[in-house]
Amino acid sequence: MRWLVEPGFFTNPVVGTALVLGAVVAVVSAAVGVVVVVRGQSFAGHALTDVAMAGGAGASLLGASPLLGFLLAGVVGGGSIEAAGAERVRDRDVATGVVLGAAAGLTALFLYFVSSSTSATGSTQSVLFGSVFTVSPSVVPLGVAVAAATLVALLVVRRPLLLSSLSPELAAARGVRPRAMGLVFVLVLAASVALSALVIGAILSTALLVGPASAALRVSRGLVGATLGAIAAGVAAVELGILASYDSFYWSAAHRSVPVSACVVAVVLVEVATSAAWARWGRGRG
Amino acid sequence: MFAPFMANAWLAGTLVAMVSGAVGLFVVLRHRAFAAHAIPNGAFAGAAGATLVGASSLLGLVVFAVASALGVAALGRRRNDVVTALALVTMLALGAALLAASGAYEPTIDALLFGELLGVARGEVVALALLVVGAGVALALLFRPLLYSSLSEEVAAARGVAVRALDATFLVLVAVSAALAVPVVGALLTFALTVGPPAAARMLTRGPARALALAVVLSLACVWAAIASAFWSGWPIGFFVGAYAAAEYVAARAATSWGESRARP
Repeated sequence: MRWLVEPGFFTNPVVGTALVLGAVVAVVSAAVGVVVVVRGQSFAGHALTDVAMAGGAGASLLGASPLLGFLLAGVVGGGSIEAAGAERVRDRDVATGVVLGAAAGLTALFLYFVSSSTSATGSTQSVLFGSVFTVSPSVVPLGVAVAAATLVALLVVRRPLLLSSLSPELAAARGVRPRAMGLVFVLVLAASVALSALVIGAILSTALLVGPASAALRVSRGLVGATLGAIAAGVAAVELGILASYDSFYWSAAHRSVPVSACVVAVVLVEVATSAAWARWGRGRG
Repeated sequence: MFAPFMANAWLAGTLVAMVSGAVGLFVVLRHRAFAAHAIPNGAFAGAAGATLVGASSLLGLVVFAVASALGVAALGRRRNDVVTALALVTMLALGAALLAASGAYEPTIDALLFGELLGVARGEVVALALLVVGAGVALALLFRPLLYSSLSEEVAAARGVAVRALDATFLVLVAVSAALAVPVVGALLTFALTVGPPAAARMLTRGPARALALAVVLSLACVWAAIASAFWSGWPIGFFVGAYAAAEYVAARAATSWGESRARP
């Protein structure tokens, strides 16, 4: 074991918190991500991460809990993306882009205030790229509660949501209201983005949302199988990423560890590449 | 505000605004907003890598931005948005890891992500100007086929326009304009400048030539106002670029819907 896991990995309480929170977050992101990929809403999902980033920066300015900042900003930003792009579907990407740009500007301002009003450093790093090793254990109960609520909401709206994205006419005939569906889904998306922003940082949470889901959708048939596969891939990515980041402290003589988020993204990429190769090989044989 | 040390900021800002406005109009027309958001983040990773190995940051910016543009063009024909999203987070994560490895200080990171008023050195303005001239010539040559294939890809393909090659060339143009803009405006805000003013211009005018002119004018107004505000307040320039670009878009939308409601009594 010594060559694989550096000493102290299993006994360190900080690592324990990171592993638990990471697993919870990965489950929610993967489950929501499958719907995001099927609906083709990766850009909206990514825009919400940038809006959440502004919330995280604002929370760090006020000294509030980052999870609350991520959540609040995500809900407000998601609502305004829905409102701005609802009438003209064709111009939806532009409306999303403008909201995203304004949010990135706000982030710049908040982080500037943080660095000029306090002597604290590292807030840019922790808001943007995450630092799951610095998350305090007191956040875990709130995080788990938000995760559970998000999963329940997703289970409730999943069927009408998928129906309205695959066939809007059929959904309308069944009495599904597309705008209400869109709004509920954006709120679910905002909650899931807020959770993953805590672990791998606001601008990288897109990786956990889209990566495992697109890998699983390539390999498996059926949405239930894809969702389960995405959850497994997401949890594996987060846990392996945490392990690699912890170990990397011992790799170089300078003891500069690789950030957790970079390790998680690397594992996600390996998963996506493997699934693409697997799908191509299967097609070649069949 | 017009002190000698600000001359570079005004010059670089003007060059950046002209290219971003012109290229941005086609980003809006071709619905490539997501790609235009991903490519500057590739430039961010390039600048981080250049910091690590001690190379020229402009070289790192251009090489990485062009590489991510070609990557998005090559892999993203089907499943467009998923590939773009993954390319984007890969580049950002790579940039974060490179900055952690080089032990860069936080102001360096902030400047790359959110812009720096004095981010362009005197020697780089010449290189910037050359790149702007190159991008301008390319855009002038490609103006008609680009416009044509933006409106209907099928018709353009049937008329013998090489649609895929054109799309890749266009993304390389986006990459060059992103590499220019990142040191001044920042990796996260370059995109606001590429989408906000051109989207406003397209809403307010009919006809491609007028929209192009108005996009450049609005983009210049956005950058000039942002430079002045950043100079007076001392706040990061990225905030003002994002805010003014969004304000132009919202104002254009309000003006169009007001005009429509007046025309329809």
